Amino acid sequence: MKLSFSDKSLYKIKEKIEAGIRLGPEDGIVLYKTNDLTGVGRLADMVRRKKHDRKAYYVYNQHINYTNICLNHCLFCAYSRNEGEKDAFTFSIDDVKAKLLERIDEPVRELHVVGGLNPSLSFDYYLDLLKTIKEIRPNATIKAFTAVEIDYISRIANLSLDETIIKLKNAGLSMTPGGGAEVMSNRVKKRLFPKKIDGKRWLEIMEKLHGAGIISNATMLYGHIETIEERVDHLIRLRDLQDKTGGFSAFIPLAFHSKNTKLSQLPATTAFDDLKNVATARLMLDNFDHIKAYWVMIGEKLAQVALYFGADDLDGTILEEKITHMAGAKSAKGLPREQIKHLISSAGFTPVERDSFYNPV
Amino acid sequence: MSGILFIILFKIFYHEAHEEQKMLMNSICKITEKVALNERINDKEALTLFTDADTLVLADLADKRRKTLHPEPVVTYVVDRNINYTNVCVSGCLFCAFYRPLNHPDAYIISKEELKKKIEETLSLGGTQILLQGGMHPSLDLDFYTDLLRYIKENFSIHIHGFSPPEIAFLSEKSSLSIKDTINRLIDAGLNSIPGGGAEILADEIRKRISPNKCNAGKWLEVMKTAHKCGLKTTATMMFGHIEKPKHIIEHLIKIRALQDETGGFTAFIPWTFQPDNTRLHTQKATAVEYLRVLALSRLVLDNVPNVQASWVTQGDKIAQVALAFGANDLGSTMIEENVVAAAGIKFRLPKEEMIRLIQDAGYTAVQRDCFYNSVG
Repeated sequence: MKLSFSDKSLYKIKEKIEAGIRLGPEDGIVLYKTNDLTGVGRLADMVRRKKHDRKAYYVYNQHINYTNICLNHCLFCAYSRNEGEKDAFTFSIDDVKAKLLERIDEPVRELHVVGGLNPSLSFDYYLDLLKTIKEIRPNATIKAFTAVEIDYISRIANLSLDETIIKLKNAGLSMTPGGGAEVMSNRVKKRLFPKKIDGKRWLEIMEKLHGAGIISNATMLYGHIETIEERVDHLIRLRDLQDKTGGFSAFIPLAFHSKNTKLSQLPATTAFDDLKNVATARLMLDNFDHIKAYWVMIGEKLAQVALYFGADDLDGTILEEKITHMAGAKSAKGLPREQIKHLISSAGFTPVERDSFYNPV
Repeated sequence: MSGILFIILFKIFYHEAHEEQKMLMNSICKITEKVALNERINDKEALTLFTDADTLVLADLADKRRKTLHPEPVVTYVVDRNINYTNVCVSGCLFCAFYRPLNHPDAYIISKEELKKKIEETLSLGGTQILLQGGMHPSLDLDFYTDLLRYIKENFSIHIHGFSPPEIAFLSEKSSLSIKDTINRLIDAGLNSIPGGGAEILADEIRKRISPNKCNAGKWLEVMKTAHKCGLKTTATMMFGHIEKPKHIIEHLIKIRALQDETGGFTAFIPWTFQPDNTRLHTQKATAVEYLRVLALSRLVLDNVPNVQASWVTQGDKIAQVALAFGANDLGSTMIEENVVAAAGIKFRLPKEEMIRLIQDAGYTAVQRDCFYNSVG
């Protein structure tokens, strides 16, 4: 059936996509603002089908949040604690071992390891953490430390970024998650995360990682005080770096959850906004292979629907999600493999279990 | 030699599979063109659309149909409360987590004081109606029902949307009255409209298995037909996502459409998904995409039913909002109180302010309505 839109401004974008012309910031703004949800969906689906047909990926993964002690105190975070606070925690290397051994019988292929900026941890701790995981799970990929942590680790190690990255890589790091980018706007940074690295530094670290052969994901935290223009600018900055390095694997829009944060007055993101974030990313980030619908944040139901709005990946089984659940997420803490497969196939897609590099397993 | 034979066979097979695919695409194209021209589709065409059309094509068609039927950019909702006058029920449906046997410690019949309190609360929250439903209680007779209705009408100015067809069928049998006389007695006592519950799937081969003691499909439709002829408006529902097949969903929709052609008495259609927790029917829950496809199909098949309601109670606020792009033009009730779905393990909350925010965020004006879809206030 021919595509027709109730929002006429989508025709111009469709023509550009069909002609292979890259979308500009003005197109991004139209996509975020439109109420023609199925229109945006059909555009994104057109691109998604070309790239992945009706395949939808997931990974059998495990999250390890090694500490919640953090110096950054970002206003949007419900997870971080000060040292000495009642429910502050830090995993010792033995704790990490125990966590891994608890699930050693499961076919975990990726470990997602992130934590806070904890002043009592040494550079050796980070290296030991990686080595321990590698030892216990030699065949799993370690996807660890956001750019924010890498920056911090290099400072406590007193080493250059390059040297830090090499040491981490030698200890077992093969991929980094895309967190900590938030929204790359200095206005937002000043108000919500003044102590965290800015967008420029985040991109610089990503570029170094990619240069060292470590691929990464990219994220954007939306649904707080950011403007549409800031979102578009964020996507274009990611796209520019991707043109240069090709080191980004997936983009993951992250829906802000306000409960237990200093921004708790803000309402939850809506489904329209969640789906438009997925679709706009698919359309703007023409050089990214994968767009993830992160079910932890938008819920299993909407993540499934997002497969029709440009997403080709549902992330993974996870087993024990902490960060978003402390901010009031109502999704499950883990999804059994059978359930993820059912979500995908009952939506009319083919489930493909993958490794961290999107090789089918 | 066998290699050549294999290649020939493969080519024939490939060709046939390819031709089949092409024929299917052609037939889907023809149906979507028909739908786009607002022409009626038959059961076969509906089934092809449902099983083979792309999800976003269905959404797009349903959204366009919805905009043709409701050109004004409005999404409606109603403020009301579900009051369940009893949870005692002899029907014993496999999918129900709400009912209790007569002598069960949790069994109850609502008292007038409780009823009064609930209605006062509803009115103070800006409510305009109550949904009054219960079970098939073996020892309550028609007088109980008419007394209940009169009590409400004497004390409050509120719309009573009450008693689904299985309750009315049960009551008519118990009182040895015709369906028509039963409904007229209820109308005289104050009943204003009838909810479309208890329809489940209007295919007896399924009803026999999941709700053998409940009225059959013919009876359900007869009660609705009689109610419409007595001047009552009603809604219609469909509970899917259990043991039914696509053909049963189509059968259900076509039956509703046929009756609507005859009476015009249905104001809205509300499809919702079975919630298996705490029930005796153990099936895989229908997923969001499956729900949205049924919703879109309903909007397309039921060309003569004015409104299609999204079910946030079973889907949650996010999918309910998405439903507004899949053919729904109404978000149903704020449900100050809801017990039946909650008993099956699902408890979503959607306060009025949040409902308005979701509607506006989707680009529509939120309008509070009454039971007849007129705007309130």
